Amino acid sequence: MTFTFKVNGKSTTVDVPADMPLLWVLRDVLDLKGTKYGCGIGQCGACTVHVKGTPTRSCRTPVQRVQGSEITTIEGLSADGTHPVQRAWEAVDVPQCGYCQAGQIMSAAALLARNSNPSDADIDTAMNGNLCRCGTYLRIREAIHKAAAMPATDSNAANRTSKSDKN
Amino acid sequence: MDTKTPVDRRQFLRVSALAGGGVLLATYIEPVANASARLAGAPKTAADFQPNAFIRITPDGSITIIAKNPEVGQGVRTMLPMIIADELDADWSKVTIEQAPLDTTKFQRQFAGGSTATPVNWMPMRKVGASARAVLVSAAAQTWNVPESELTTSASTVVHQASNRKIGYGELTAKAATITPPDMETVKLKDPKQFTIIGKGMPGVDNHKIVTGKPLFGIDVTVPGMRYAVFEKAPVFAAKVKSSNLDEIKKEPGVKNAFVVDGGQQLQGLLGGVAIVADSWWAAKSARAKLKVTWEEHPTSSQSSTSFDAQAAELSKKTPMRSLRKDGDVDAALNASGAKVVEARYFYPFISHAPLEPQNCTAHFKDGKLEIWSQSQLPEPGRALVMQTLGLKDTDITIHMLRGGGGFGRRLNNDYMVEAAWIAKEVGVPVKLLWTREDDMQHDFYRPAGYHYLKGAVDASGKLVAWRNHFVSFGDPERMAAPAQPNTPPPFAPSAGIGATEFPARFIPNFALDASVIPSGVPTGALRAPGSNGIAYATQSFIDELAAAAGKDPLEFRLDILSTTPITQDPGPAGAPPGFEAARMRGVLELVRDKSGWGKTTLPKGTGMGVAFHFSHRGYFAEVVQATVAKDGSVKVDKVWVAGDVGSQIINPLNAENQVQGAVLDGIGEALGQEITIENGRTTQSNFNAFPLLRLRQVPPVEVSFKITDNPPTGLGEPALPPVVPALCSAIYAVTGKRVRSLPISKTDLKSV
Repeated sequence: MTFTFKVNGKSTTVDVPADMPLLWVLRDVLDLKGTKYGCGIGQCGACTVHVKGTPTRSCRTPVQRVQGSEITTIEGLSADGTHPVQRAWEAVDVPQCGYCQAGQIMSAAALLARNSNPSDADIDTAMNGNLCRCGTYLRIREAIHKAAAMPATDSNAANRTSKSDKN
Repeated sequence: MDTKTPVDRRQFLRVSALAGGGVLLATYIEPVANASARLAGAPKTAADFQPNAFIRITPDGSITIIAKNPEVGQGVRTMLPMIIADELDADWSKVTIEQAPLDTTKFQRQFAGGSTATPVNWMPMRKVGASARAVLVSAAAQTWNVPESELTTSASTVVHQASNRKIGYGELTAKAATITPPDMETVKLKDPKQFTIIGKGMPGVDNHKIVTGKPLFGIDVTVPGMRYAVFEKAPVFAAKVKSSNLDEIKKEPGVKNAFVVDGGQQLQGLLGGVAIVADSWWAAKSARAKLKVTWEEHPTSSQSSTSFDAQAAELSKKTPMRSLRKDGDVDAALNASGAKVVEARYFYPFISHAPLEPQNCTAHFKDGKLEIWSQSQLPEPGRALVMQTLGLKDTDITIHMLRGGGGFGRRLNNDYMVEAAWIAKEVGVPVKLLWTREDDMQHDFYRPAGYHYLKGAVDASGKLVAWRNHFVSFGDPERMAAPAQPNTPPPFAPSAGIGATEFPARFIPNFALDASVIPSGVPTGALRAPGSNGIAYATQSFIDELAAAAGKDPLEFRLDILSTTPITQDPGPAGAPPGFEAARMRGVLELVRDKSGWGKTTLPKGTGMGVAFHFSHRGYFAEVVQATVAKDGSVKVDKVWVAGDVGSQIINPLNAENQVQGAVLDGIGEALGQEITIENGRTTQSNFNAFPLLRLRQVPPVEVSFKITDNPPTGLGEPALPPVVPALCSAIYAVTGKRVRSLPISKTDLKSV
């Protein structure tokens, strides 16, 4: 069956089974590997994307349910990693293994979109569904506060790369 | 059990000690021409300077440093290159890091385990950087015709202060490439006071890729023409396929192949099951939902956690199978007049590693050659397993090392690698094998459960005088009951052993450590701080009980024990880590006492503090936990103070803090609610709804302090974990007066009326 929706601003049509979760459409059909598989039952949050701005577990979302929707993944959160949450994540050095972080960032970005100055309790509530097996939680809290205090754009955007870019 | 796979911590450390020797350095220096052809990444041009397998400097001044070990979140891909860059005096902001492929000819041992990367690589990596720097200095001296002694270096530049001249490393590459690097064994190293990168907090080198969702992990690998596989194994470990509805499965949409893998009985090797290969992973998984397999009967299909408990209780009443250590006369001390005797059984369950990235591996078999993409923590033994199982030569196998979404010891085993290799050979096209979370949790190499039957005594003055531990673990009872023989497989199941010098051995005059084992078909293996993650809980908790019997403060009681003169020297097997030094542990215990305000803080009703320490992986850690227990028995950890001693240098403080906080939160998660149980020979739990990881709402502040001591720097991935479990239980006792003698804590009734 074919389904049409917008991914990161681009209209996209896929021909896949109706029950195929959005996660696998993104990863294996559209080659957007940033969204991660962790549990498949909506327990870990590694697969979090925005569907119409709402943080959504893509592993539990059949593709038929997003027909006509606007979807944002980690790859589309900003053009070059300049969303305040991404910048704060780098500044605080949040990741250890990094596997859960796309989901964490998507949940955090959705939180800040509706609450520009969250308290620790607000953060705990919004982020409690995102597991971090490495235990970077303290830095996640710190980075969300930092992102809340940041301007929306980054003047040094052009200089932002990984030290491992040739990998 | 496959004893060829060195998953055991002690084997690890022996291997690492070897790898730290001089042979290592000799192979790092390669003829320039050979090295260029084999280095990953961009091809070398004639003007590049490539003094060894780790460094490449191009005429434009860009510096590439090779990261040799697998990265699974421990920060090694950042930390080891930092060491090289500092001695090289490179401008870190302009260094690019490349991951090495598996090439043990060039890089020697490449693995992630045992918190060994720092102790093994600290000096070699410094020498790698220093020798390259020496060549650049020589090249500048020749260029300017000045003595080398007048030159200094900083931020990828050689400076001649006397004539106020500077030259960038890039401008020196052509000349440097003609100079033979100095002997690494004698090359001059920096005074640590001159470090400019080591000791500075450097963010992870992959951070930008991580936060922008770039493909980086094993699961993200894409190979042209790739298909996707799932593999269903027997719920009873190592049971074989009797029959299945393969013909129906082959007709399912998208399915390209479906076949039975016969497999063997080695738990670490290829096990039997049904492989389904399809044009998408979802198609393979959907077909698997219709798979019906009848499994052969298996000898372990009747084992269960309940039966293990019963066997342990039986064994505890019998003469132990083996004595591991005996000092003084425990019976006499227990029966002496005035002795206060305490007796307790401590139990910890099997637990799963549950790295967030489920096991997966991509493989391509073509024309007798096999290419593998993996995030294994032990890729070299993985290659050996694949060679042995598929009948290949090591030269037929290429392994690319990908970032792993967590390791924690799970990826020390290579079962997923041999499965992917087997399936790839069968289908002849590139295949990505991906396990479901359920596969991952039900086919783990679990942290073994353990039973400690403890009896101890303090004398009338409150001094700890007797200790007996009958440790009931898992393994081979026949070998355990026979006298210890050299060069035979250990009688304990993997990671289910205990060391004869494990604290409090040597610090109690009358001490006995005995062991018995239960046979089991449950796969076990190293989980972060293997052995220690359970042993510290049992021994430190029991020390707490003895402190209470002595009427002493638990922290002061521990300092008293650590202040006694050890009764024997710790001989240790050849190549074993250096023995426990009580003074270093006293140091961190005193530091954590001061940082936490131990004994000086007035806490509200329902809140208490507990303390514990543990030595593992060469690291000394003491921790204080403050926790609140509500009337309904629920436990909230309010704060944790950590004091650690890992030697003279914290290489990357930013990551060091992250690792320690992570280890502490990991331990709290394990203690609060994690348990794997076995029923009818199979694992009961299958996902995070039944195996709770710690969540943000449960996370306390974790304050980390390091005590810098004049000792070689050692690793941090593991040693911060063990003490937090008993420290938390000690805090619960301080509030409730109840001892948590069985984990997880959620199984102890802590309600107050």
